[in-house]
Amino acid sequence: MSPVTEKGETSLMAKAIREGIFAAIISFFMFLLFVGVETYQDINNALVWRMRWGLLFIFVAIAAIGRFLTVAFIKPHLDARKLSKAKSGILEISTQKSFFHRHFLKIALVFLLVYPFLMMLIVGKQGSLKYVDNFGIQILIYVMLAWGLNIVVGLAGLLDLGYVAFYAVGAYSYALLSSYLGLSFWILLPLSGIFAALWGIMLGFPVLRLRGDYLAIVTLAFGEIIRLVLINWTEVTKGTFGISGIAKASVFGIWSFDVGAPNNFAKVFGLASSSVYYKVFLFYVILALCLLTAYVTIRLRRMPIGRAWEALREDEIACRSLGINTVTTKLTAFATGAMFGGFAGSFFAARQGFVSPESFVFLESAVILAIVVLGGMGSLTGIAIAAVVMVGGTELLRDMSFLKIIFGPDFTPELYRMLLFGLAMVIVMLFKPRGFVGAREPTAFLKERKAVSGSFTKEGHG
Amino acid sequence: MAPETTAMTDTILKVEHLSMKFGGLMAINDFSFEAKRGEITALIGPNGAGKTTVFNCITGFYKPTMGMITLHRRGGRTLLLERLKDFEINKKAGVARTFQNIRLFSGLTVLENLLVAQHNALMRASGYTILGLLGAPAYKRAVADSIEKARYWLEKADLIDRADDPAGDLSYGAQRRLEIARAMCTGPELLCLDEPAAGLNPKESLTLNALLRSIRDEGTSLLLIEHDMSVVMEISDHVVVLEYGQKISDGTPEHVKTDPKVIAAYLGVEDDEVEEIEEQLDGGAV
Repeated sequence: MSPVTEKGETSLMAKAIREGIFAAIISFFMFLLFVGVETYQDINNALVWRMRWGLLFIFVAIAAIGRFLTVAFIKPHLDARKLSKAKSGILEISTQKSFFHRHFLKIALVFLLVYPFLMMLIVGKQGSLKYVDNFGIQILIYVMLAWGLNIVVGLAGLLDLGYVAFYAVGAYSYALLSSYLGLSFWILLPLSGIFAALWGIMLGFPVLRLRGDYLAIVTLAFGEIIRLVLINWTEVTKGTFGISGIAKASVFGIWSFDVGAPNNFAKVFGLASSSVYYKVFLFYVILALCLLTAYVTIRLRRMPIGRAWEALREDEIACRSLGINTVTTKLTAFATGAMFGGFAGSFFAARQGFVSPESFVFLESAVILAIVVLGGMGSLTGIAIAAVVMVGGTELLRDMSFLKIIFGPDFTPELYRMLLFGLAMVIVMLFKPRGFVGAREPTAFLKERKAVSGSFTKEGHG
Repeated sequence: MAPETTAMTDTILKVEHLSMKFGGLMAINDFSFEAKRGEITALIGPNGAGKTTVFNCITGFYKPTMGMITLHRRGGRTLLLERLKDFEINKKAGVARTFQNIRLFSGLTVLENLLVAQHNALMRASGYTILGLLGAPAYKRAVADSIEKARYWLEKADLIDRADDPAGDLSYGAQRRLEIARAMCTGPELLCLDEPAAGLNPKESLTLNALLRSIRDEGTSLLLIEHDMSVVMEISDHVVVLEYGQKISDGTPEHVKTDPKVIAAYLGVEDDEVEEIEEQLDGGAV
């Protein structure tokens, strides 16, 4: 090795060590109170605190060693690879996509269609309950909500922080109308959507004059108002107790899933009674609802109204100069998004059998919005992936008992859910600032359909 | 009534006693002019004279403090623009505009930009989305027509090769041409251009002139704000000069070019020449 590189190597090492020490100092002070101090109650129920030097040391060491390795080895390695690639003269953009990439949507759809049976085969009937319900249905509800919000935020560029209000309207529409009037799920599903859309229009009229941050704050306030009304209007909504014993959905009234009913699904087919059938049925209902949302969104995007939504996101003033009525255009976006929120809400009520205002807190709106942003605003595929990652990821954390080996038997991974969630989001947004799928599919083309890079699209200003 | 409408047919836009006040500032003060149908009318003046403010009043982005803006449509219908909402100026009155700082839908493709411009026609054809969702044949025909119209304007603006590229990816000159093509896709009777030649090189300026002339020859009247005198003198049929919110000259390019008031406004005059010019002007006024 020549003396020049040797000298370069030693200075690099020195730099890496210096940066590692810096990282250690910074992380020491950062984690000193968060991690280093633990409070607990002693026998006399008095609150005392003690230092956790060991744990603090682990945190600091991870930061220091991580920084050292990044500076000394990972970064030079990446730079060298980039350089050699640039020298070879082959562009990274390749039009040839892998088989999986090209047929991703078909593969995903087939997988979803067989998913409940696949799970039953793998883990048995009772074991599959968790995977169909907690993972399948839960994720699909969020996919649907995020696709609904995508119309408002991703296409029309209106920042809505109170989307959960429409979810609540849908859920309570089903809960109240089914318990007071005894209407069935299949009548109330479209009704809930219509109610939510009407609410969307009613809220939209005063709100949509505002733009950007102001719009975001007012929608947030409206979301809270709906929740507070649900809490305080106790005669109708039973307040914080919520409404329980909500009727289950049936297979179009032909087979029921009520245990006592004569046309009980399991009885009719002579199967052992189990709650799995109902969950599998619900899985297919929400899957169908999701596909409906996607289909309508894709069709609407190619309609003049959908193009006007996207144009509105790009430049509202230009829209007005072209004779587009921006108020009605925004209202339709708001109402359409709210409608899908309403559908999802009524499904949620039927699945849960119980609704209370607790389910419709601001955090839900934030999670749905985070899914839309993480997925790449406007992209259905990206949003679905983001929902799987965010919702599935948090569900997975419940099962991470192996973390107890590292952090001790008192460690409960669920409590760190939100922390890890936030960390994951920061990392994703750093590396993929436009979300998983940032590119946009054009709605019309003359010669060839070329995706529009995310760097050209705008986020909208309200 | 009938003779009056025939007398009016050669005027498309009439601005009378227009005033616009921003707080204490009188941006436009009692400004009147007329634009003739089938002509290119240029509105010129030094920086800060109030040209863009006049434009924003005509196209509905400002509500004028005082004054009347009358538009005469083909077929004799007249509309008062200051009473219309901003989007109705395009939809009902057929006035399209471009912007000084280009406002394209940069994330949409060039073709999509032109389709958005045909929003109102397509909305009607799609039965306000409902018939369109059902796939009505009438809507499909309307879509095919709208793409044909877009293709026509893409060819005119020399953008046909870039039709499927994002608008934000175009060069500056191409973006200017696309903005004009987009405005034309709304099918306007009067096209208002806010400094269309700003930032163009001489060659691009020439193609722009040709484009504007062909738009005029196809029957759309033009009103333009411009700084570039070569463009103004070359293509306009009628020039209005504005300074400090007031009209100082109005006539053919030749007339305006030799008007001492205009020369004074643009070039400034020596102190000892002021009286001389004022005398001249007084003489001219009588």
